[in-house]
Amino acid sequence: MSNDLPSEKARQQIDANLKRVFREQEQADLPDRLKELLDKLKAQDQSGLDQKS
Amino acid sequence: MIADPRDELVNHLPALRAFAISLTRNGSTADDMVQDTVVKAWTNIEKFEPGTNMRAWLFTILRNTFYSSRRKAKREVADVDGIFTENMAEKPAHDGHLQMTDFRTAFAKLPDEQRETLILVGASGFSYEEAAEMCNVAVGTIKSRANRGRKRLAELMHLDADGPVELTDKVTVAVVANNGNSAF
Repeated sequence: MSNDLPSEKARQQIDANLKRVFREQEQADLPDRLKELLDKLKAQDQSGLDQKS
Repeated sequence: MIADPRDELVNHLPALRAFAISLTRNGSTADDMVQDTVVKAWTNIEKFEPGTNMRAWLFTILRNTFYSSRRKAKREVADVDGIFTENMAEKPAHDGHLQMTDFRTAFAKLPDEQRETLILVGASGFSYEEAAEMCNVAVGTIKSRANRGRKRLAELMHLDADGPVELTDKVTVAVVANNGNSAF
């Protein structure tokens, strides 16, 4: 079945492209709603702790 | 002085979102998935084992969320806003520009499982064993999905043509052809 696989050179090219696509998405700014969600979750935790004490 | 693992969670959000976009091919749906994943991770943080790979844990939650949602919808999420195939094309123009656009288009055509596997082992640096555990399948299944995905990409990109122009993008081909016909 190895004859069906892409060449090593093609494989390297594909993986380089995969890394690049992924890296570009990683570098995109996070949407505000995700940052706001984290702030909300932290505030909820803090509120819970304050009520316990 | 025990560190709260939730403090580490935020560091993985960019990668988590990139993974979500690769799975859903839709920016808005990806953000919904990331949001659900963050809430699940936050509220189940005691299930995370300190010292283990948090990124793998988060990716696993996200993919489970995705496939659960897909089963409910019973149809694949379309690239309605073209984010995967077009948004990232807004990079400085260079010789590889067209090739990357072609690559993204080809990648978006792969089945979900192959796309997911290639992102995990080809782009994110997870081992086959880690990816198998995350996807809850055998290592051989991950290898098979990766091989089939790479093979399909090579076909769609014409990377394994027997001729010497393999790995060459359309722009370069055009330049080479044009130079061959130039008058000087």
